[in-house]
Order: sequence, then structure tokens, then C-alpha cells
Amino acid sequence: MPGESVFPALEPLLEQVSKPIQYVGGELNSTVKPWEVAGDETVRWALMYPDAYEVGVPNQGVMILYEVLNERPDALAERTYAVWPDLEALMREHGVPQFTVDGHRPVGDFDVFGLSFSTELGYTNMLTALDLAGIPLHAADRDDSHPVVVAGGHAAFNPEPVAHFLDAAIIGDGEEAVLAVTDIVGDWKREGRPGGREELLLRLARTGGVYVPRFYDVTYLPDGRIQRVAPNRPGVPWRVSKHTVMDLDAWPYPKQPLVPLAESVHERMSVEIFRGCTRGCRFCQAGMITRPVRERSITGIGEMVEQGLAATGFEEVGLLSLSSADHSEIADVTKGLADRYEGTNTGLSLPSTRVDAFNIDLANELTRNGRRSGLTFAPEGGSERIRKVINKMVSEEDLIRTVAAAYGAGWRQVKLYFMCGLPTETDEDVLQIAELAKKVIETGREVSGRRDIRCTVSIGGFVPKPHTPFQWAAQLGADETDARLEKLRDAIRSDKRYGRSIGFRYHDGKPGVVEGLLSRGDRRVGRVIEAVWRGGGRFDGWSEHFSYDRWVAAAEQALDDEPVDLAWYTTREREESEVLPWDHIDSGLDKEWLWQDWLDALDETEVEDCRWTPCFDCGVCPQMGTEIEIGPTGKTLLPLTVLGSGRERMAEHAH
Amino acid sequence: MARQRTPEGPPPPPAVQKLRIRYAKRGRLRFSSTRDFSRALERALRRAGVPMAFSAGFHPHPLISYANAAPTGTASEAEYLEIRLAERVAPEAVRDALDEALPDGLDVLEVREAAPGALADRLEASEWEVRLRGVRPPQVEPALAAYLALERAETTRVVKSGPRTFDTREPVLDLRVAGVGEDGCAILRMVVRHTTPSVRPDDILTALRAVTGLAPPVPPLVTRLAQGPLRPDRAGVADPLATDEEVVGPEG
Repeated sequence: MPGESVFPALEPLLEQVSKPIQYVGGELNSTVKPWEVAGDETVRWALMYPDAYEVGVPNQGVMILYEVLNERPDALAERTYAVWPDLEALMREHGVPQFTVDGHRPVGDFDVFGLSFSTELGYTNMLTALDLAGIPLHAADRDDSHPVVVAGGHAAFNPEPVAHFLDAAIIGDGEEAVLAVTDIVGDWKREGRPGGREELLLRLARTGGVYVPRFYDVTYLPDGRIQRVAPNRPGVPWRVSKHTVMDLDAWPYPKQPLVPLAESVHERMSVEIFRGCTRGCRFCQAGMITRPVRERSITGIGEMVEQGLAATGFEEVGLLSLSSADHSEIADVTKGLADRYEGTNTGLSLPSTRVDAFNIDLANELTRNGRRSGLTFAPEGGSERIRKVINKMVSEEDLIRTVAAAYGAGWRQVKLYFMCGLPTETDEDVLQIAELAKKVIETGREVSGRRDIRCTVSIGGFVPKPHTPFQWAAQLGADETDARLEKLRDAIRSDKRYGRSIGFRYHDGKPGVVEGLLSRGDRRVGRVIEAVWRGGGRFDGWSEHFSYDRWVAAAEQALDDEPVDLAWYTTREREESEVLPWDHIDSGLDKEWLWQDWLDALDETEVEDCRWTPCFDCGVCPQMGTEIEIGPTGKTLLPLTVLGSGRERMAEHAH
Repeated sequence: MARQRTPEGPPPPPAVQKLRIRYAKRGRLRFSSTRDFSRALERALRRAGVPMAFSAGFHPHPLISYANAAPTGTASEAEYLEIRLAERVAPEAVRDALDEALPDGLDVLEVREAAPGALADRLEASEWEVRLRGVRPPQVEPALAAYLALERAETTRVVKSGPRTFDTREPVLDLRVAGVGEDGCAILRMVVRHTTPSVRPDDILTALRAVTGLAPPVPPLVTRLAQGPLRPDRAGVADPLATDEEVVGPEG
């Protein structure tokens, strides 16, 4: 029977695998609805975060969609994650299909199989899940009995490398979009599934907000570049628009955050305080594709923190966004929350902060009575010149002033994040990082009067991303990246006066090259992904599973009869006139504006944040019919009695 | 000049009450580890609003001590822990509130005021039930007899410090077929004294397999039924919390 639990077959296998708790479900605030909750017409979603459970379970996107779908009486949603190779082998041996952790139902029984891709490195895990679910890998081979496979998340802004595996992709904010898709699927089922799968996909495509790859033909020029991407069915739009939720206060999700038993990568509750960022850092895909800025109000934040803590019992709350200190009322938010939760052993954190002394005040407020161990800043580029190229408007003076404030307030360790391989970068730009780190330590020793303060430099290779001004840029090759990082390491270690005070962490260049291939690839890259997966590729985001050689070999073999190769996709600079694989995906950004911003980058010209200066015509607001939504609201968080409710009835005299 | 920071404000309130808790690990939650349980418990204590006592310092943590937890994959009807509170509460009310705040399958069975003395000292032995799925009683009985006739039966298990070889036979005080499951499988009952390293039912089954070749086709279902002070006849254990009640008396 469809929807029947496979747990009886799975349970004996769990005795033989590592961390079995990740496969049993039953998380606090999880939901298992009856399979026929709204009869035959129930719209059933299996939602996957295509990585290990410990990474996937805290993901906000999946948690939000899971909750909004399950709130609907005519729909149900369950979650599934990538199984580790030990369980995968046992599932194949014993014929157990890919299952959801909620009802342990076969993923192949659902109507829609939705995957959220935060990163391209989850593509091989998608293929494992499809295969274990008994769903044909290629969308063209599926029939009416198979779920509609839909991708979302940031990586879906260029779905072309996985176009052959997907039935559809949804671009942008998911919470309203999944409800619209549920309506369409529900109507089609109620009408008796007219026209089968093809008709359903056509209905989705004709909304203009769902990309269905099979309805677009791609033709290529003899040299390998794309000639044209054109719809091949009437009513299917030339470009597919992203979705934008305008009023965050109307979407206070997750209201009931999941609390897993198993350990996860984020042992805290998160509240998204705003979405979008207009700082304009040119390397940052997230900042470009999530425009415009939409703030949650201070009172909305207060309510979500209060309800979330009561629903979960978490001891820490993270205030999430792309640059949390930029909320128009962040000082009142942090002070209000710190006051409310004083004395309750509840921690507060701001995960993304800028190089700005104002941030130290916020961090001090949040750790009033907690330990001050480390603060993290991201100057991203080592020299003043390269920071102008990337539009990270931070001067060396800003950084030194900021770290002085941090060490002065009792922080012992400062972490600095950088990238290597940025456009126009030379060895000299990267070697400046060593000089910067030394100045940071000198400043820290001076203001704190201590020798035991530390600074850690963390650096990884830059990967150019679609829908950014750097989408045309040449990526630095793996060997060149590694050579540059080695020079930096030597420069840091050579000076004995700082040797032990400066830590150095880096990621080698190889995974970045594969990420580059998957980020800016076109439909032909799908063959490479499939070849890697067939060769055993899994969990590419995990260094112990990632194999660069396997990717290089697969690319050579799979692209053998094409005029393109791995280097063509990664280290080649593109021309203005080139049709990019994602041009038909409308993120709202004007391609001409992006090109102008690319030229400005090469000229080392900075562009301000449009929240506080006039519009720079990036194109998003007019094209998407949106606008910047920010405060201040002028409201404050009132004092609140927290975590006291249980005490009354437990007190001795009450009995 | 910045100084070394110390936590501001008064020290945390002292513990005024110590409670001992018996809980069960059932069904699919037998796959939870000790660490999984402790995370779930701390969150449940916060949700339930139990007035915990905390340690001092920059990172205060609730005062909880765990005793002799069953391994991951093993179900249990008799796990024990101790919590210390900053306000006096009614143990029964804590039982109800905490049980409600924990997920189904992690079930709080009893909460009692603690008596003097260490809880760990009272957990001398365990009674275990082992359902040997796919094995019938006539297959297992001769194997048990052969094992029990031995003076020593060594096994090797990988512990944190590496592989360790130890005797399984001496701590086994009782081992018999106690029943037959609905599916016809043999249900064993064991009484095993707590030793270091601890001898677990799976160690005994591994030794049994080495001695007699008995190899169940599917992993057996193991449940701890009880743990506590060894009864004088050594055929079972007594309730480790029972003495507390006697010592504390009717006014508790």
C-alpha cells in the first residue's frame, strides 16, 4: 500500500550503522499526518535537504516549508536526508527504499519530491536519493507514477547542470511558492489528472514562476558557447521569475522549530531578522539574489524568540540574516532581548557581523554575563585595493579600530575571514593579509595589555557565482590557489614575534574548482555529475568523501565529444555578449547593471548601499514589483516574564 | 587597560533539593545515545520550567548526574539520573511535567527525593531481557548450558582506548530461557553484575557465539528490565530508589 511505513524492514539495519538516531525521526515538533488526510486528493510533499541529517535538520528553509505545508488541511509534508554510505549499502542489499524520517514512508510514493540546494555539492546526493527511491534519474524517463522532482534554494538560481534530473525548479523565497504549487497539483488531482504528468508540468510552467527545463531547448555555437535558450511550448515564458515574500511579519516561521535528539551542526534556535542584503559585495551571490532587504519588525522578532524558546527549550538563539548588525533597530533588539532573558541562562548570538566597532557594542550586550571567547569578522580581501574591487567597504583603519574595541572589551580571540583568487588579485594582495594580521595582534597586545590574545586567519578559494557581477570572471585554478595560499602561510609563519599568536586555516583549491564547474555549468555538466555518481561520488561537501580526481576524470570522459572542458567552465573569462546558462532565470537583477558593476570592479570603483543612498538601478525592485522594507518602527521590547510557567504547578506548596 | 573579566552579579542560588529519576528508553528511541538523551533532557527541563540549580562561572550548566546508562541500540525500563534544584518542588509534579516535555519513547517513570549516599553505589547489577529474533528455544538451550559450564569466557570489544579483552562469564549470575515470543523466538533473561569494563548482553552473546557457534540471523532486541542492589539470593535486583523513601520517611 502506498505510504506504508518501511520501518519494520529498516529497524534491523539500524543496529548495524553509525549514529542510528538520525534515521528514526520523532523530533520534537515534527508532524506525521495520516496518508489520506484529505482523501485521494491529498497533496503529499517529501522534502529533502541533500546532505547528512546533522547538516540538514537545522536548515531553516526546509523547516519553514515543512511547517507551512503541514498547516494546510489538504497537504502533508515529510522530511528525508542523505543516508550515509553504510546505510545505503544495507538498503540496497535488503531492498529498502529512500524513506522519510517522519512516517518512514517511501519517497517514491509522494506527489512532489522537493530538494533544497544551499550548495551545488549536494547534487550527487540527489542522485543517490532518486535511485534509492526507485525514481528514474532522468526526468524524461519518469511516468505518472513518479513524484514531480522540484529543486529550490540558492543553487536553483542556475538549475542547468541538474536540468536533466529535475522536473521543475522554483526560484527565490519558497513559502508562498510551495502553497501555489500545492494548489495546482491539488486541482489537477481532483480533476482526475488530465493530460498526465506533461499537463501538470505545463500548468506549473505557465504560471511564470516555475522553471520546467524540458520546455526549454538549448542550442550551442560551434565553439561550445550557448547560442539560445528558447521555450518550446506555447504559453511557457521566455524567462522564469523569482519569488519574493514581502512581509516577513506575515510569515513568522518556523513557529515550532524542530528539536532533534541527534547532535546537529547548529545547536540553537534561529530567528531570521531580515532577508536580503544591499551592501553590494560583488562576490556574494546570496546578497545579489535575495534583494531587496525586507526586515522583520522588532516586535515580530521578540514574539518569535519567545514562542520558539517555549516550543523548543533551546538554550541559545541566533539572530539570522546576511548581515545582522544592519537591521534598522538592531541595538534595541539586542538590548531588549538581553534584558528579557537576563538570568535565564539563555544565550543570544549574531552570526553574521561586519567589520564595524558598532558590532562590538552589540556583541558586548549579548554576552553581558557570558564568556567572551571569539569574534569573527570578514574583511574578505587583504589589501585596500582588492577590497575596492569586491566592494567590501572596509578600510584597514576600520578593521584596526574594530579589533581594538573587541580586545579592549575582553575578547581574547578574533577570527578573520578572507578569500583567495578574487578577480585582478595578485600575490601581493594576498600577502597583505599577513601584514594585517600582525597589526591586529600588535593592536590587541597594546589595548589588552596581555600576550595571550590570538587572531586566526581563515581563507578559502573564491568561486564566481551566477547572478553576480563576477559571473563573467575567470576562476583561479586549483594549483595557483594552493601556491598563493602557501606563500601566505610562509609569510605568516616566518615572523617569530607573532608566530604563535596568529593561526592559519585554509581550504585547498580543488573543491572550489568543482563547485565552480557546478555553479556556472550548463546542461552538459549533468553528464559529469552522473558519471561521478556512477563512479561512487557521494557527499561532495565532506573532505573525507570528496575526490577531485574522480571529478577530473569524469569531466574528461563525459565532455569528450564537446568543445568544452573543466577549464572552459571554470578558469575562462566570459565576454559581455555571451549567453550565460542562467540568463533565462530572472533574479530581477538587470544584466546590464551587473556588467556595469563588473566594469566598476575592474576600475576599483565602490558602490554604496541603496538602503541609505539613492537607487543604483540594479533592477530588482521595478522588475519584481518589490521595494525595500525596513524600519525603524520606533517600538521596543517590553519586559516579559519568561520560563516561569512551569514553576507554579511544580512548587511544593501547590500539592 | 582591560582586566580579566569575571561574571557579574551574584553567584547562582545553591541547590536545596536532590531528586532521583528513573526513566525508560523505548521503541525507536532505543537508538538514542547517552549524549542524545542528555541534550533532550536539558531542553525538556527548560521547557518544563524545572527550577534547576546551576554551576557557577561564565558557562553555567544545570546540575545533573547520570548513572550507568544503557548502550545505544539497547532499550531500557530502568535508567537512572539525579538532578539538583534551586527551589523545592513536589517530585510527582516534576515527573508529570518532565515526562510531558520529553519525546514519546523517553518516558519518566519515577521521581523521588534522594537519600544520602551515592546513587551509583546502589546500581550493583542489571536484569536484562534479550529477544533472540529468529532463534527457537531448543536451539539456544544447549548453548546456554555449555556457556554456564565454563569458568571463563573471554570476549574482545573496542573501547575508547582500543580493543580490550575481558571475561564475560564471572559477572553472569543468572542466564536462562524465560519465555517464547509471539513469533516463536527465544526470550532470554540475564542477571549481570556491574563490573569494569562493564559486561553487556552483546558481549555475552559474542562470547556465546565464540563458544557454541550460536549466531542469530538478525540482531537481538535487548532491554534492561531493572538495575539496583543485588538481592541476597543473587537472582535479581531490588529497587534502588526504595531505600530513599524509607530514609526520607512520611514527611517527604
